[in-house]
Amino acid sequence: MTEAVTIRGAGIVGLCVATELVARGVDVTLRDPAPEPGAHACSWWAGGMLAPFCEGFSAEEPVVRLGQEAADWWAAQGVEVIRRGSLVVTLERDRRELDQFARRTQGHQMVSGTDLAELEPYLADRHDRALFFADEAHINPRNALMHLRKRLQEAGARFEQSDAAPTGPVIDCRGLAAQDSLPDLRGVKGEMVVLRSLDVTLKRPVRLLHPRFPLYIVPRGDGVFMLGATQIESAERGRASARSVMELLSAAYALHPAFGEAEVMEIGADARPAFPDNLPRITRKGGTIHANGLFRHGFLLSPVVARMVAGLVTGDNETPEFLTHEDHG
Amino acid sequence: MPVFYETEITSRLMLGTAQYPSPAILAEAFHRSGAGIATVSVRREAGGERAGQAFWDMIAALGVHVLPNTAGCHSVREAVTTAQMARELFDTNWVKLEVIGHADTLQPDPFGLVEAARILTDDGFHVFPYCTEDLVLCERLVEAGCRVLMPWGAPIGTGLGLNNIYGLRSLRAHFPDVPLVIDAGLGLPSQAAHAMELGYDAVLLNTAVAKAGDPTMMAEGFARALEAGRLAYEADPMEPRDMAAPSTPVFGRAFT
Repeated sequence: MTEAVTIRGAGIVGLCVATELVARGVDVTLRDPAPEPGAHACSWWAGGMLAPFCEGFSAEEPVVRLGQEAADWWAAQGVEVIRRGSLVVTLERDRRELDQFARRTQGHQMVSGTDLAELEPYLADRHDRALFFADEAHINPRNALMHLRKRLQEAGARFEQSDAAPTGPVIDCRGLAAQDSLPDLRGVKGEMVVLRSLDVTLKRPVRLLHPRFPLYIVPRGDGVFMLGATQIESAERGRASARSVMELLSAAYALHPAFGEAEVMEIGADARPAFPDNLPRITRKGGTIHANGLFRHGFLLSPVVARMVAGLVTGDNETPEFLTHEDHG
Repeated sequence: MPVFYETEITSRLMLGTAQYPSPAILAEAFHRSGAGIATVSVRREAGGERAGQAFWDMIAALGVHVLPNTAGCHSVREAVTTAQMARELFDTNWVKLEVIGHADTLQPDPFGLVEAARILTDDGFHVFPYCTEDLVLCERLVEAGCRVLMPWGAPIGTGLGLNNIYGLRSLRAHFPDVPLVIDAGLGLPSQAAHAMELGYDAVLLNTAVAKAGDPTMMAEGFARALEAGRLAYEADPMEPRDMAAPSTPVFGRAFT
């Protein structure tokens, strides 16, 4: 068993891996170019949905299976996990999309009329049916990142502000920056908007299926809503395009016109690190373990990736599921 | 097999590269279907400084011909600029020209299309125009220098199939020597087979494959349908008859 490791990258993966290692008594140093979680990290811009079943529509099977562990993990760390499920709706014109979504996912029931009105009165005005995924949850991603950091500090983990490659046993948990050692890693740009509306109330994340402008809205409380997210094959970071923002806002407006009166609080963009199959990868190269490529599943899959990495470090599990034996160096 | 601008392609299937669940599945769809051409969108929102390079490298690694497109362009100028950008990025003078005339149906703008086709042809491009099945438009495009025509089957992404069989058939009859490709609107392999039976040279798909529950399986389904439809076309099918015609005489049968 390794007694001390340095983790490169204190974003979602790094913080989760550190949490699992500290719990196993490993001495952990986290190294990141920024002093604390913030706009430089892709996870800062996340939706925070813990929605393994919905993700199963387009993601590979491990995302659905392993993502189901996320809500309990976050709750166990003391993060507020809101377990009210999630809803999927379509505009009237695209209603067949909802049936297709139902066919290709599990863990849902079709709700309509008074059942829907009870769940989300604001949606029931405009939608006659929705798919309800009762076992899904959501968290506030920024609070969760800050919370993990604080707990790690209290537990004695060290945080170093540096971009230099450390010596000794290293766990590389960086995002796109890990491209320097993992050439298969690519960026998938995502753009998001944060709105505040006192006219709309939603208790749970809502997805709008749309052939061109799919959207999800995550309520953050106090009238704050996160609108996400585009998915563009580009490593560009930090620049949201007018077109994307317009599409997100139009979709939100179509979901409920009251969003038209909302205040725009924030527009954000970053690039998700992803491998060609859009699944995370754990790779061993010399003294370094790489755990990267969480794509759009940082909060959903980092807990299970962290557990796998911890198993490797402590020798409890030498062949975790996401371990790849290909040498991408 | 179809020949586009003196280049013979080993497959009648062209696949778009957008909307797949992952690049790995996209690559597998190409392998399983044997598709010979990949169309790639040069989306300007991908950003500068080759921010989309990783994805484009994956397309290049498929080992098929790359046909950059001007998807999402609503004006001649936009389309011409995008085509020029694509030529540099992909080092090819092929371009699938889209000039969208209607935001909702994504119907081609026939007037802008002809103008852009002329500009690009004069600039040395080999233009693959995404057009409607309008005969006059197609004549104008050929006059503008296009040596391939890509009429829609139905609006992009609808999966409605071949909406105007008569129009597509007469297009084939009018342009016996211009390669014709059904671009857009197909949802099912049977529709692709039908296009082949009409004598079309190839089909271009994206949503039908990318948004299927199992994209790689659907890609193979289309590849087989294309083969079946082409065989039927080359075999010179029987003419449909109004009269039921028993294939063995019943008159004077010895045994009943």
